[in-house]
Amino acid sequence: MPRLLLIEDDPAVREGLLLALRRQGHEVAAVATGEEGLAGLRTFRPDVVVLDLMLPGMPGLDVCRRIRVDDQVPIIMATARGDDVDIVVGLEAGADDYVVKPVQARVLDARIRAVLRRVGGGPGGTEAPPRAEQHGDLTIDRAGLTVSRGGVPVPLAPSELRLLLLLSASPGRVFSRQQLLEAVWEHSYHGDSRLVDACVKRLRTKLGETATPGDQRCIQTVRGFGYQFRRFPDPARRAAG
Amino acid sequence: MRLPLVLGGLRIRLVVAFALVAVVATVTTGALAFRAARTGLLQQGQDTVITQFRDAVDSLAPSLTFPPAQDDLQVFADQIAHAQRTTDWRVMVTYQGRTATSAPGDAFTELTPAMRASVRDRSATVFQRVSTAHGPALVVGLPVGIGTPDQDRGLPPPSGVAVFLTVPQNDAQGYVDSLVSAVERATVPALLVAVLLALLAARGVLRPVRALRGATRRIAEGHLETRLAVHGSDELADLSHTFNDTAAALESSVADLRRMEGRARRFAADVSHELRTPLAAMAAVTDVLDEDAAQLDRDTATAVRLISEETGKLVRLVDDLMEISRFDAGAASLHLDEVDLAESVLRTLAARGWQDTVGTELPPPDTARGIVDPRRLDVIVANLAGNALRHGELPVRVRMSVRAADAPGAAGASGADRVAVIEVTDSGPGIPQDVLPHVFDRFYKSDTSRTRTEGSGLGLSITAENVHLHGGTITAANSPAGGAVFTVTLPLRRDV
Repeated sequence: MPRLLLIEDDPAVREGLLLALRRQGHEVAAVATGEEGLAGLRTFRPDVVVLDLMLPGMPGLDVCRRIRVDDQVPIIMATARGDDVDIVVGLEAGADDYVVKPVQARVLDARIRAVLRRVGGGPGGTEAPPRAEQHGDLTIDRAGLTVSRGGVPVPLAPSELRLLLLLSASPGRVFSRQQLLEAVWEHSYHGDSRLVDACVKRLRTKLGETATPGDQRCIQTVRGFGYQFRRFPDPARRAAG
Repeated sequence: MRLPLVLGGLRIRLVVAFALVAVVATVTTGALAFRAARTGLLQQGQDTVITQFRDAVDSLAPSLTFPPAQDDLQVFADQIAHAQRTTDWRVMVTYQGRTATSAPGDAFTELTPAMRASVRDRSATVFQRVSTAHGPALVVGLPVGIGTPDQDRGLPPPSGVAVFLTVPQNDAQGYVDSLVSAVERATVPALLVAVLLALLAARGVLRPVRALRGATRRIAEGHLETRLAVHGSDELADLSHTFNDTAAALESSVADLRRMEGRARRFAADVSHELRTPLAAMAAVTDVLDEDAAQLDRDTATAVRLISEETGKLVRLVDDLMEISRFDAGAASLHLDEVDLAESVLRTLAARGWQDTVGTELPPPDTARGIVDPRRLDVIVANLAGNALRHGELPVRVRMSVRAADAPGAAGASGADRVAVIEVTDSGPGIPQDVLPHVFDRFYKSDTSRTRTEGSGLGLSITAENVHLHGGTITAANSPAGGAVFTVTLPLRRDV
């Protein structure tokens, strides 16, 4: 039973979501403030956090950043504003997905299940090679779901990991944002492509590639089309250390 | 009819009027002065000649033997002709059919028979101005008395001798001519001064007029803060004052209207926003209601389902209101991505389960690629197709074609050289003519058709806003074959 932490200040919304999400089969802990949420993170150990962006006291964006400091738990933000800037900032702060309130319980449930599936591993499932693969100094272990660069582990949130696994499975293949949205986020074709852009941005930051020239990056932007994983000169995949 | 500004302009009219006044004034003054001077000059010359002539005759007449012979007459004529130092005197003396002239063989053509008769009959000095081939001349006739004059200053009795004199008057004409040319010479500077004054006057009038024209134009362009600098206190200054007052009044009314409109829009946005929180709680539990409705008694189940359904509609309405508010606030922005528009349309229809009910005629894959906001394109196609399915009748078709832009840059500042044309048609009764101009109005409902629809009443407005945000156009019409036709053109950009 997935464990859910709901951080929502409005009592009616909190109660409604609590009721509905429990009926969908989740174990839900609901808190009203960001501070309580951060505390609940340690005690409750949730599988997914549903975070309202408009919170009294500590703002939702700060909560999101504080969680991401040492925790890669999937975060779905709920925003009452239709403000586009909020969404972008929230995604860049580390949220994996977002819903706009008012949201029906079954829509939120679908998003939660999609994000949980991302934790479960990359595309291909059992066909993934049992051993870690090497791309330059980047090591990707598809079975253990770990990534390290130059021997240093890189902690990745589920969306980031899933995106990296998908792209690196076919180096040189270009994926459109719509394709990535469908494959990683299980959104419709017309979903918000900013999810992809924000996630790539976070991935590049974590891989330490923000200052790297475009053609030296692992994840390369293909102008006007989408993204591709860099094809490294040495095609032989060596077993890691 | 309007003259070109150059010809009909105030400046030209002023110059022409001033010049006319100057010319009329100089010419009239000149003409009057000329007449007076001419009369005076001629009168004076003629009086002098007559006096000299009479003196000469009076002084010489006593020496004339009587009755005179032809030789005596000749001598007499010569003496008179030479009495003055001037040499242009021509003299003729007559006595009973005999004549003698100072110039030999002079026919004396200037002398008219009437004058000759007048001298003979009236025994008085007679003169006449005549024009000859050589210019104007004065002819004077004088009867000569004989013996001693009567006492009491009476004239001597007439002797039958008459003396005639012809003097050319070219000198006097010369004076007159120089007078005329002087008037002519005076006219030119007067005309120049008049034109100069006219230009100055025109400048004085035209400068404020031009300023007024420029200011009016700026107001028309929307610069309501435009004011005129007012100089002096004439009618034009008064006009400038009035203009400034009008502009100020206009500016404040427009500011009021804008403030009110802004307040109304903010109010709509605030209301939508405030509705969201309670709706969020309600929307969260509608699924619970739906699931459990089956276990409730019939009336309660109906009520519960009603609440659930209407909550869903309310959510859509508030979503649409928020969307419209963003357009109104100018906060709507495009999140561009290059997509295949044909694929996008297919995905839109498939996502709503319409792939089997809505027919499509789309260009082959990868021929209609362009940079658009995929989410907004989805809204456009979904709203139009949904509208056709709700209000029209099957078959509903979505057609797309790509054509060259009418003119480069015509589709806004996008610089797109191609446009995608998306046509959504249905086979229903079409849109009534009186409704057609309002189909994109917010909450517009034609009273002939449904009073309540599934849509929020904002769907087509939002569609139109989304099209315009892309720099495209949207039109609604009825097909000749029946059914409504919505046509969207979207510029197909290839560069962000």
